Amino acid sequence: MWEIKFSGFGGQGIVRCALITGAAVALHDDKFATMTQSFGPEARGGACQSQLIISDSRVLYPYCTTPGVLIALSQEAYDTYEPGLAVGGILIIEADLVKPKGDSERVELYSIPATRFAEELGNRLFANLVVLGFFTAITGAVSPEAMKKALPGLVPDRFLSANIKALDKGYQHGVEAVSRKTGAVH
Amino acid sequence: MDGDHALAEGALAAGCRFFAGYPITPSTETAERFAERCPEVGGLFIQMEDEIASITANVGAVWGGQKVMTVTSGPGFSLMMETFGLACMMETPMVVADVQRTGPSTGLPTLTAQQDMMQVRWGSHGDYRIIALVPDSPQECFDLTIEAFNLAEIYRVPVFIMTDETVGHMHEKVVIPPAEDIRIVERNWYMGPKEDYRPYDFNGRTAAPMVKAGDGYRFHTTGLTHDERGYPALTPDMNKQVVTHLIEKIESNADKIIRTEEDGIQGADVVVVSYGISSRIAIRAIQQARNAGIKVGMLRLITVWPFCETKIRNLARNVKAIVVPELNYGQVVLEIERCAAGQCRVISVNSCGGAVHDPEEILAAIKEGANQ
Repeated sequence: MWEIKFSGFGGQGIVRCALITGAAVALHDDKFATMTQSFGPEARGGACQSQLIISDSRVLYPYCTTPGVLIALSQEAYDTYEPGLAVGGILIIEADLVKPKGDSERVELYSIPATRFAEELGNRLFANLVVLGFFTAITGAVSPEAMKKALPGLVPDRFLSANIKALDKGYQHGVEAVSRKTGAVH
Repeated sequence: MDGDHALAEGALAAGCRFFAGYPITPSTETAERFAERCPEVGGLFIQMEDEIASITANVGAVWGGQKVMTVTSGPGFSLMMETFGLACMMETPMVVADVQRTGPSTGLPTLTAQQDMMQVRWGSHGDYRIIALVPDSPQECFDLTIEAFNLAEIYRVPVFIMTDETVGHMHEKVVIPPAEDIRIVERNWYMGPKEDYRPYDFNGRTAAPMVKAGDGYRFHTTGLTHDERGYPALTPDMNKQVVTHLIEKIESNADKIIRTEEDGIQGADVVVVSYGISSRIAIRAIQQARNAGIKVGMLRLITVWPFCETKIRNLARNVKAIVVPELNYGQVVLEIERCAAGQCRVISVNSCGGAVHDPEEILAAIKEGANQ
């Protein structure tokens, strides 16, 4: 079972990230997924988080108890949720927006300049898809094929191919990050 | 799909083709989905000027022959109260979903609650009965909306889906079966001679058949006490007949209406009675309590109104304690206390402020109940 928390501020596509991942595993990876979310009254800029549980059987309790994966795309989100991440958990941060601190041995830290990568692809709004690709490669919680199948209908049609490119870019970066880390261990 | 969207899909699957509503967080997604989907099926969505107009337009559309639904949340639900009474009095089948958020008043618009559970039961003036169902997942939002339409048609009564922000915005897989596998109750249309039509039959068990306004039948309907033709008949005797009927048509069929889900009640020392999102939080506490060796069962209320009185009475005779977690300051627990009538301890685990329970709070109550 995976307990995953996506966090950042409103407008970054935090809820969309969890939605795409949840749809991918529930509809295309033949697993069960439950996504919950919380956000403030603001349309953009407020603190925002969503939680995703992935399981081989029906999800009963719909929230993360101790998340094993935290995606933090803002400093505030990092500061708020990092202490709750499981020991040995996977922490994914936006390299240019989050400065990690504290005990770096406690968790596995992966960092990606997602916004910069997205800008290189033509639009910073694709940053969340870059992060999702990165997340997919690092965790293996969902297959990259399922993620691509889940995209139509969850991202605007006219940006579908750009979003797939962003997902690929993040995925590639994730594969490299994992091999670097594994290399370091051996 | 989230719970809000599943409500709209359930309504469409049940044959609802009219929806007058006024958007309010956290129910807006239902209206959006219905508005988006209804042109495909020849339906009509109207965004009204407010909730009072919305619910009144819905009552009108029912009498024009439609199956109707609206959704709202706390503040809008309060505005609709008067017309719910009118709909009950006129025996108008309709479905209303309240995606509950934290109150009172405008409260915490984006945060969850189960604070309207007594309001739905008692909120309009006078004596009447309604039916209220509580889904615990997007799948049940779909399934129970269809059931709500069926019950509304059978008993000619407003049926409420008392969901909440958490389930409304929770995304899970929702399986929508082929149309031929879905049981749909169509309106009981009157087929007899026009001159014999009576819109009401105060028999206390079933509801009279209906006709469409404009089809040439002479009848009347009103919020005033009325006779079987629907014309005002302002006598104490008539009122007694009407009110008894409104109550008895639900009470005498309560066994057929009420649905609950049970797990491990046989031999349990403590039973958690809960509904909606609270019951899913309680599952975690129950698992922990069982791991600690406590015999604990679960009773989930799918139908909250009418209330499963007999079940609670029997339960109270056989357990040490009933634990009732709710996202309010203690509402349905009052009904449980009434039915338990002192035969076991009833422990309320209430929660305000827009967050679901910490399962530890429910676990503590289970332990407290088991240790006496």
